[in-house]
Amino acid sequence: METTIAAISTAMSASGIGIVRISGEDAMEVISRIYRSKGGKKWIKEVPSHTIHYGYIYDEEELIDEVLVMIMRAPRTFTGEDTVEIDCHGGVFAMKRVLETVLKNGAEIAGPGEFTKRAFLNGRMDLSQAEAVMDVIQAKNEYALRSSIDQLKGSVQKAICDIRKKIIYHIAYIESALDDPEHISLEGYPQELLEVVDKEQLEIKKLLKSSSDGKMIQEGIQTVILGKPNAGKSSLLNLLLGENRAIVTDIAGTTRDILEEYITLHGITLKIVDTAGIRETEDIVEKIGVDRAREMAQKADLILYVVDSSVPLDSNDEEIMSMLNGKKAIILYNKTDLKAAIEIDRLREKAGHPVIPISAKEETGITELEEKIKDMFFGGELSFNDEVYITNARHKAALEEADKSLDLVRNSILGGLPEDFFSIDLMNAYENLGKILGESVGEDLVNEIFSKFCTGK
Amino acid sequence: MKNLVKDYDIVVVGAGHAGCEAALAGARLGLKTIMFTVSVESIALMPCNPNVGGSSKGHLVRELDALGGEMGKNIDKTFIQSKMLNCSKGPAVHSLRAQADKRAYSNAMRKTLENTENLTIKQGEVTKLLVEDGHITGVKTYSGATYNCKAVVLCTGTYLKARCIYGDVSNYTGPDGLQAANYLTDSLKELGIEMFRFKTGTPARIAGNTIDYSKMEEQFGDERVVPFSFSTDPEDVQIEQKSCWLTYTNEKTHEIIRANLDRSPLYSGMIEGTGPRYCPSIEDKVVRFADKNRHQVFIEPEGLYTNEMYIGGMSSSLPEDVQEEMYHSVPGLENAKIVKNAYAIEYDCINPRQLYPTLEFKKIKGLFSGGQFNGSSGYEEAAAQGLIAGINAALEIKGQEQLILDRSEAYIGVLIDDLVTKENHEPYRMMTSRAEYRLLLRQDNADLRLRKKGYQVGLVSEEDYQKLLTKEREIKAEIERLEHTNIGNTEPVQKLLEQYKSTPLKSGTTLAELIRRPELSYEAIASLDKERQELPWDVKEQVDINIKYDGYIRRQLKQVEQFKKLEARKIPEDLDYEQIGSLRIEARQKLEAYHPISIGQASRISGVSPADISVLLVYLSSK
Repeated sequence: METTIAAISTAMSASGIGIVRISGEDAMEVISRIYRSKGGKKWIKEVPSHTIHYGYIYDEEELIDEVLVMIMRAPRTFTGEDTVEIDCHGGVFAMKRVLETVLKNGAEIAGPGEFTKRAFLNGRMDLSQAEAVMDVIQAKNEYALRSSIDQLKGSVQKAICDIRKKIIYHIAYIESALDDPEHISLEGYPQELLEVVDKEQLEIKKLLKSSSDGKMIQEGIQTVILGKPNAGKSSLLNLLLGENRAIVTDIAGTTRDILEEYITLHGITLKIVDTAGIRETEDIVEKIGVDRAREMAQKADLILYVVDSSVPLDSNDEEIMSMLNGKKAIILYNKTDLKAAIEIDRLREKAGHPVIPISAKEETGITELEEKIKDMFFGGELSFNDEVYITNARHKAALEEADKSLDLVRNSILGGLPEDFFSIDLMNAYENLGKILGESVGEDLVNEIFSKFCTGK
Repeated sequence: MKNLVKDYDIVVVGAGHAGCEAALAGARLGLKTIMFTVSVESIALMPCNPNVGGSSKGHLVRELDALGGEMGKNIDKTFIQSKMLNCSKGPAVHSLRAQADKRAYSNAMRKTLENTENLTIKQGEVTKLLVEDGHITGVKTYSGATYNCKAVVLCTGTYLKARCIYGDVSNYTGPDGLQAANYLTDSLKELGIEMFRFKTGTPARIAGNTIDYSKMEEQFGDERVVPFSFSTDPEDVQIEQKSCWLTYTNEKTHEIIRANLDRSPLYSGMIEGTGPRYCPSIEDKVVRFADKNRHQVFIEPEGLYTNEMYIGGMSSSLPEDVQEEMYHSVPGLENAKIVKNAYAIEYDCINPRQLYPTLEFKKIKGLFSGGQFNGSSGYEEAAAQGLIAGINAALEIKGQEQLILDRSEAYIGVLIDDLVTKENHEPYRMMTSRAEYRLLLRQDNADLRLRKKGYQVGLVSEEDYQKLLTKEREIKAEIERLEHTNIGNTEPVQKLLEQYKSTPLKSGTTLAELIRRPELSYEAIASLDKERQELPWDVKEQVDINIKYDGYIRRQLKQVEQFKKLEARKIPEDLDYEQIGSLRIEARQKLEAYHPISIGQASRISGVSPADISVLLVYLSSK
């Protein structure tokens, strides 16, 4: 008997069709809670295995998407467990909402590589594949961890840390009092805790809202601008920003990482990172910048390589071009207003990526660049990092759990239950918020008790 | 030169709280057992606080008693004050604490040991362990004698290379000036056992007739005393009790301490051992909690045989003259005469991750250990481990399955699992917050949780076991009855509800539903319950708690179900983690070092991620 898991099992792209997969004992239960057939009469739990059903997904009374649902009962499924696949039609946003609805109705978000793991453990895969399965789990996990932390906005991280700090302080206070009742009194404390719970829950609700709006994590096509010093990278960025006033707003009251900017081109969000100019250098500070640029390039979905056409190519350009290998890139042949020192056709041939002539100074060529990006995206060449949606769903589920736990604390306080009951649910909230940051509880509580409260004989 | 050679089944090294339980368990299970102590006068000695139990520690004693241990019975015979702590809080954190007459406690235990069949008490120092092919075969003593045996239980407490320190005075002795054990550490190291050095401390003892109690608050025991042991008749513990006294330090005390910090061996670097954060010396408290202008001081009698008082809350390793000045600054202690100075003690113990949850060394078959030697602190923690180590040593010799309590079954399980699975950097103390399923692990139901296990092991009598079965039946039947007895919104009902400020009924309900209301209880609704039969108080208590907290209990039971699944997935002892390429290096090293017995235990090792656990599961099922 395992938990029931769910995830988006197709890559996210603008194509707008994708599958949400649910696997586990309660899979049929989950789908029956959220599925409605056209006439509203079909009882999805009762249908024969391996059949497809047209209908709608509802989150309570709200229609989320028009879907095809495939029902497959154990053991003849990929994981060997009861499996439901929801074929979503309403685009990326709807797919996200379908997954969230599934999670709200009894499924847990699948861990990295978990479907494969279950398939293996349930004997649906050859034993000789064990090695490969283990590698997949570990690789996916590392990727998920990285993306989870990379994608979480600094401001969100801070907000969650602050809530956790408050919560652990209060758990430690209660526990110290339980541990040393003759020393620490809980007289009048429930009322005080109630105020804390109200306040922190408000913060969690704010985060939940921002996660629904997609503002909690940094979604968008990771775009990195590369180039030698003075090639015109910053002018390009300014130009893109200047033309596109639709900068994605951040959560109120927080500072933004100065290196990162968001722009929206024809409805496509780009997260643009400007980097230090790349050249061989002995200067340590500058070197760190260059290394960081290289790292960013590796993670990027799209690279914009700015070439100063008035200066001949050199070894630094070779270096940059090597970073473009296997990446989606557009080369910007900048400074067309000056006398050319590089032939555009030679550059095109050498780089193996599209080249667009621009002049950041004269503001020409920008429309062509935007068109090009749009074509790449809708042509399916460029896609989001779909892990973003998984991360977001995971975060949201964790926030909802934390929110529920605080509800339980409030109920316990209002119901006049003894204080030791409060800390159990407070701990659940703390644990769930920790999942977002990739932190477990470990010795946090014991450390907090000893560092904040003077107990003991 | 000819030396003495003897044969035993089990050798227990040490006669403190762990050693006594281990030796009694071994002997009671029919094995020829010998217990060594550096001095028979130090059997079941309480070298620090004069009490047993307290928050979460009381749970340990109740559990130990349910399993057939001795501590609970012994304190019931020798306590001089008793108090149920946290009575205003939930039942999970109610905790019993009793002040002991130290000498009576020690003597009563000694008498029990002496009257136990198969048990030999021997004064002498064990200096060497004899090991062949990874199996223990015996021990050697300082006198040169050899004791061949099938199992050894090490319970050396704070005696290994012990050093007592205050100011610049340092003595190589165990607690209370007793002889230290200076050789065994070397033998352990030769066997490849990793050692730690820990530190703890104790406050001064003061002559009672030099204390001015009029400046202190008197602390009484409970009017109705609850015994520790499930076998003790509650009527037998309704005795006349002694009081404790409460006073406080003040700014002057703190000034004296601050002015002399440079003379503290803790700060001068003379003490190298790691001390516990939960039991800080008064100088530690003053430094770490500088904003607090007073700390509590609890004056507790050492027993009826003496007027010495234990100065709880003021352990210290400051020089003698500073101690004098410091204690005198406390209200009521102005003219106090110090009988025994406060001191810190340093000792050798092991890194407990070298143990299985059975408390047997992974590397040496037949070698078990318990108590402070395993890096814990406290009499109760020690006794609990001693009992488990003794039981398992006996079961192993008998060729029976070993006893492991898991985290969902007992605080003892939490204690041992924490010791053998987590990184411990200080003496480990039990706390209720360490038990994730504490609503289930209450002190009131320790018998229901563990009696059966004690019976199966062979330490609980048939009579006690039958009593438990009857209790279980009565509880079940009564809960069933209350859940199914309907009650209407009649006038007497509404009147009673009104009396307890409870919302009036709109329609019918069950008696159980009424008990669930926070302001009501099993007792409160007695007058509405016409068919109620008189039941024993402990049955009524269980019925009340189980109905009242039903929702919470069920939630925890669900979590336990999940937890049990991972515990049940065993890992073969000889698993070679180097073979599993997909494990991250950190995880591989940790798993190699701990050799967890189950996937559950593996998942609690810091540095092992959920993905590593998945990898491990896949690997195991492919073998």
